[in-house]
Amino acid sequence: MTAWSFIDQRRLGRWALKGFAGLVMFYILAPLIFVTWLSFYQQEIPSFPPEGYSLRWYGAILKNDRFVNGLLLSLQLGLISTAIGLAVGLPAALCLSRVRFVGREALNNLLLLPLIIPGVVLGTALYVFHVETEIATGLPIIGSLGGLVTGHVLVVIPWCVRLITASLAGFDRTLEEAAQNLGADRWTTFRRITLPSILPGVVAAAMFGFVASFGNLEMSLFLVGPGRTTLPIAILQYLEWKIDPTIASVSVVQIALVAIAMLITDRFVKISRVV
Amino acid sequence: MARLQLNQVSKRYGDFWAARDVSLDVADGEFVVLLGPSGCGKTTTLRMIAGFVEPTEGSVQIGGTDITRLPPWKRNTGMVFQSYALFPHLTVAQNVAFGLEMRKVPQAEIGPKVEEALRLVRLDHLGGRLQRQLSGGQQQRVALARALVFRPDVLLLDEPLSNLDAKLRQEVRIEIRKLQRTLNLTTVMVTHDQEEALTMADRLVVMNDGMVRQVGTQRDLYERPADDFVAGFVGRSSFLGGAVEAPNLFRSRGGLAIRCIEDSTGPALMSLRPERITVAAQQQSGFDNGFPGEVEFVSYLGGLIDIHVRLSAEDQVVAQVPNREDGFMPRVGDKVHVSWTTGAASIFPGAEYGPDAQDL
Repeated sequence: MTAWSFIDQRRLGRWALKGFAGLVMFYILAPLIFVTWLSFYQQEIPSFPPEGYSLRWYGAILKNDRFVNGLLLSLQLGLISTAIGLAVGLPAALCLSRVRFVGREALNNLLLLPLIIPGVVLGTALYVFHVETEIATGLPIIGSLGGLVTGHVLVVIPWCVRLITASLAGFDRTLEEAAQNLGADRWTTFRRITLPSILPGVVAAAMFGFVASFGNLEMSLFLVGPGRTTLPIAILQYLEWKIDPTIASVSVVQIALVAIAMLITDRFVKISRVV
Repeated sequence: MARLQLNQVSKRYGDFWAARDVSLDVADGEFVVLLGPSGCGKTTTLRMIAGFVEPTEGSVQIGGTDITRLPPWKRNTGMVFQSYALFPHLTVAQNVAFGLEMRKVPQAEIGPKVEEALRLVRLDHLGGRLQRQLSGGQQQRVALARALVFRPDVLLLDEPLSNLDAKLRQEVRIEIRKLQRTLNLTTVMVTHDQEEALTMADRLVVMNDGMVRQVGTQRDLYERPADDFVAGFVGRSSFLGGAVEAPNLFRSRGGLAIRCIEDSTGPALMSLRPERITVAAQQQSGFDNGFPGEVEFVSYLGGLIDIHVRLSAEDQVVAQVPNREDGFMPRVGDKVHVSWTTGAASIFPGAEYGPDAQDL
């Protein structure tokens, strides 16, 4: 074999790799591209080729109370659940990564469990639990915002614990000793030194938690009540009796919100580094 | 600045004594170095002074006040960490200001004090930089400024030079020592580097296995080592195992009769300083001891030459001779005569020839 053919082979291999990578990228992005394209169609029946383009389906979202209310509920739910998830997840991550105690591994796995359990199972379990609790206490839980929040917090916590634990692992605790040596008590040390150092991880945790809550469908199906549907459920319900580009436009809105959350996260911490 | 006292301080983890009965009295403005191999308890001792490790027994006093149970942030000590531990999200000036802010120094006074501290370490032009924009030596100086700016009672240095390259280390040693003298800082430094310890300290504490083996000046440790560990760790020694047969007569394992100064008889270990041993082609006069031997190994070190001489099947000594133009330069296998006076040797009754008494 001559040196030239060896180089040709390497070039060929490089092009094959690029081609394959491009194919996979297309496979991932194609649905997003088509749904975005579809959302700008003029005609009501999604057929090809399009008759023209308009923004009317974006206007249609605003005229549809279910979408508007769903969006507002999903935002509200995402923010509350993320806040509670952080409040629980941050101390949990601190404890798990710093204190050695019996059952630490078990607790760590338990906190990550909601990520692994299928949403339908989680939803059923929570629904039954809510029913039983409501019967026992008389408190209105089924279909309430509180009930939804309890479920969504469960989805947020694993992200918070995982991402914050990851950023704590890269934190040099000598910095805390240095701060204490300089006169900072434990709380001041945490506020002035530890928190700023792990902030990227905390921001990433909040964003991922929010996105996980915002896009959650299966579990939420069991927890919503009359007149209180999240955006993914509103989309599903709309699809059951009608197919027009409104679905596409509302999906694009949802994609855009998630994308913005990701871009904000990426500014604080490279997403590829924490996931 | 103030006097620092450790009174029989111990730290035990289960059955393991990280430090045992460590007593130490550091005078106001004195520079004391804790010296020993890794795991000897020197860092544990330093961390007990700083408050990161709570002693199992004993007490720590600064300026006559008992601080044994005080948390680190209520002790007025300034520490320079081995890794420097600069806060990466703060600028150099903010790092140095941290200790002042914690002490509620008015904002108006913080600026000038920070500037002064940075000027002391000759970094006053870099106040706006972040840690990652500094070289190792600069980071080390910022850490020093940060520890000094609030006038600590005691300055603690935890292997502060081990991350610097050799040439820089030489300079910083002298720089720290000058600063310490100028500001009259009571200082405790931890190191495993013998040369560093000898050049910087007023007094040294040699530790091993959690215990203090000897406290003294450089000369004390070198001329009158308290035990065979100190003799082997500070400076170099060759060891001969054997016993003191009669007063002032040591019989080595290989059967050599060696004159020495020791009254108590029994098993003992003799240590010899290499530079006090003379090597010549013929027998020399004027020495207390002289033995024929065979050269086993020669190391040419430039200014100095190490000559390993076997005196018997069991006994070997190392002589270190200056490399002179007209000097005696034997080769491996040559028959030579080694001589020394009684002053070259230390005798440690009861000590055995073993791991603690490592030959060169």
